[in-house]
Amino acid sequence: MVASIPYITLAWLVPAFPLLGFLITGLGKNRLKHNQAGILASTMVALSFLTSLFLFFTLRSSGQESATITLFNWISAGDMKIPFAFLIDHLSITMMLIVTGVGALIHIYSIGYMHDDERVNSFFAQMNLFTFSMLLLVMGANYLILFIGWEGVGFCSYLLIGFWFKNPEFNYAARKAFVMNRIGDLGFILGIILLFFTFKSVSFTEVFTQAATLQAGAPLITLITILLLVGAVGKSAQIPLYTWLPDAMAGPTPVSALIHAATMVTAGIYMIARSSILYNLAPITLNIMIGLGLATAIFAAIIGLRQNDIKKVLAYSTVSQLGYMFLALGLGAYSSAVFHLTTHAFFKALLFLGAGSIIHAMGGEQDIRKMGGLRKKMPITYLTFLAGTLAISGIPPFSGFFSKDLILNHAFESSPILYILALGGALITCFYMFRLLYLVFFGNQRLDTAHPHESPRVMTIPLIILSILAVFGGFLNIPSLFGGESGFSDFLHKAITSKVTEEMGASTEIGLIAASLALLGFIIFMAYRTYVKKSVIPAGDKESQSVFAKAISNKFYIDQIYATLFEKPFGFLSDFFFKQIEIKVLDPIIDEIGILTSKLGDQVRKLQQGIMSFYFFAMVAGILLFIIFILIV
Amino acid sequence: MKEISSAIQLIPLENYIGLSVALFSIGMMGVLFRRNTIAILMCLELMFNSVNLLLTAFSAYHSDPAGQVFVFFIMIVAAAEIAIGLSIVVMMKRNVDSVDINLLNRLKW
Repeated sequence: MVASIPYITLAWLVPAFPLLGFLITGLGKNRLKHNQAGILASTMVALSFLTSLFLFFTLRSSGQESATITLFNWISAGDMKIPFAFLIDHLSITMMLIVTGVGALIHIYSIGYMHDDERVNSFFAQMNLFTFSMLLLVMGANYLILFIGWEGVGFCSYLLIGFWFKNPEFNYAARKAFVMNRIGDLGFILGIILLFFTFKSVSFTEVFTQAATLQAGAPLITLITILLLVGAVGKSAQIPLYTWLPDAMAGPTPVSALIHAATMVTAGIYMIARSSILYNLAPITLNIMIGLGLATAIFAAIIGLRQNDIKKVLAYSTVSQLGYMFLALGLGAYSSAVFHLTTHAFFKALLFLGAGSIIHAMGGEQDIRKMGGLRKKMPITYLTFLAGTLAISGIPPFSGFFSKDLILNHAFESSPILYILALGGALITCFYMFRLLYLVFFGNQRLDTAHPHESPRVMTIPLIILSILAVFGGFLNIPSLFGGESGFSDFLHKAITSKVTEEMGASTEIGLIAASLALLGFIIFMAYRTYVKKSVIPAGDKESQSVFAKAISNKFYIDQIYATLFEKPFGFLSDFFFKQIEIKVLDPIIDEIGILTSKLGDQVRKLQQGIMSFYFFAMVAGILLFIIFILIV
Repeated sequence: MKEISSAIQLIPLENYIGLSVALFSIGMMGVLFRRNTIAILMCLELMFNSVNLLLTAFSAYHSDPAGQVFVFFIMIVAAAEIAIGLSIVVMMKRNVDSVDINLLNRLKW
């Protein structure tokens, strides 16, 4: 099928570039010289970005809403016809721009960050493979291609978390991420199978056309959406499957920025936004999502309050922000979720890369208690990190303000209680982000052995570009209150069917914004007083703390609870099966079968005496028997 | 051709079949029970030729030359085969100084 939009068939180039990059850097990893792999990989992703940009303008100027590009027929068996096709519409092009744009910046940054690593070529090969998988995920025209990408990014995430595989703890983190994702994936694939049985198709357009005729709230559609939600919960690190994301910080920092903040973890959000038509039909699932999202947003934010590892703080804030996106999805405000996804990709990638720059400068130290006073030493990192912090805290006019405000407004429309809870989460976010900022950049340097220095330009330029995006990204979608046109939401509404459309009164909205701003200001002041004026340094792990503080420091013992609830019984069962069933029952049976076979063989072996006359005889006798058999029957 | 066919047809078909069966059986018995490798090869030739004879006879009775064409193919294949067979016998003689087939009994596990 040839799409009617000119040049839109070039869409296959977008994933092809990173794939090519992966093949070259992957196969030639022993031959490529230093930096060559990085430059090549970055170029490929940048080319992808340019192609996406071109497609974006082509699509917009054509006035059409979507185009399907079929590359070839992939599966064709009986009724099942699944083409390998890409769907280019406003949602997927947005995601493509985020993935390739932010991805390209992070690739460039990695050239500097990974400069001294001996396996730098493998690193870039895996990063390119990740970009390719992520593009498949967002571009696929049916659930199955989405699933390929889904598994692909999960696999790359596993590889990259365990990139420094000589540390057993990192390997453990990688395995944990993989297993947690697998739990979600099981639900996801069951959902896809159920979708196929219900609609006899997995293609987005067909499923959504057929779903439009269904009754809202039907049990079948609720089941499908819940199963898909399980997948999204695993991938996007929501309660109860979020524990892998903080551990995933074992990977190199650019990986945390690209995979565990900007792109892969948003796959669940994308998938649900893509299936908005299905989710609109399932009010129960939407309510579950509100609960999960809100709980995750607040819970992770509280844990973030007392983390002392710079990357862990950011990881919990990612979990928390993903919770906000889920809240928005649950409220039916899909485009707000995708808008927050976009701004979050900008400022969280920025924060992670900034954290990488700090860690780089501190010689690998990640504990914020040992930093401090970096403001003078690393001015560019400080300014960009400040921009990111302001953006994530929701200070106008930074990008996070617009997207978070949109979600809070939708929450207020639904119920004031939701609004208060969500605002509470936002305030906590603000507090721990400023705590991080003050501890790292203000005060005096607390580690004497480190000699902080500004990072090289290859690292600071992506930071600067991302900070510009984080500062101005919000202007993509200025709400009508400020005389804007909500351009981003309108753009997405051609691909997503949102549930909420009602506008609230301008005075209420201004009131809400004023209230939240006042509270944010207060929170920032509190953080300033605590960590700059009084220069409080968070207590060490061994010092005595109040019970509640201790619980927060230990992440509410969730890991321990999971260990007791799942790992221990599972370990016990495995142990039982190994010691009782395997060794005492299965092994003897298998051994006996082996011994029996070898004894039989001993008997049969006697036929093979090496005497040729006997062979002749056997042959002739066989032929004769055969002839007799034919004659008789 | 025609004269040869009619000459062949002078003798009844049953006789040809009988002769062939006899020759084939003799050959087979030889292959089975002789120990001298050269004798076994000769017996093999005997079996080939009994088949050739049968093919020729049927070909004549059916007035179909295809059978006789087959005979030529078989003769060529048999010649090639016997060349290999005899060279094996030569190697055998050189290695074990005998052509007794039962000496070649190492082909076992």
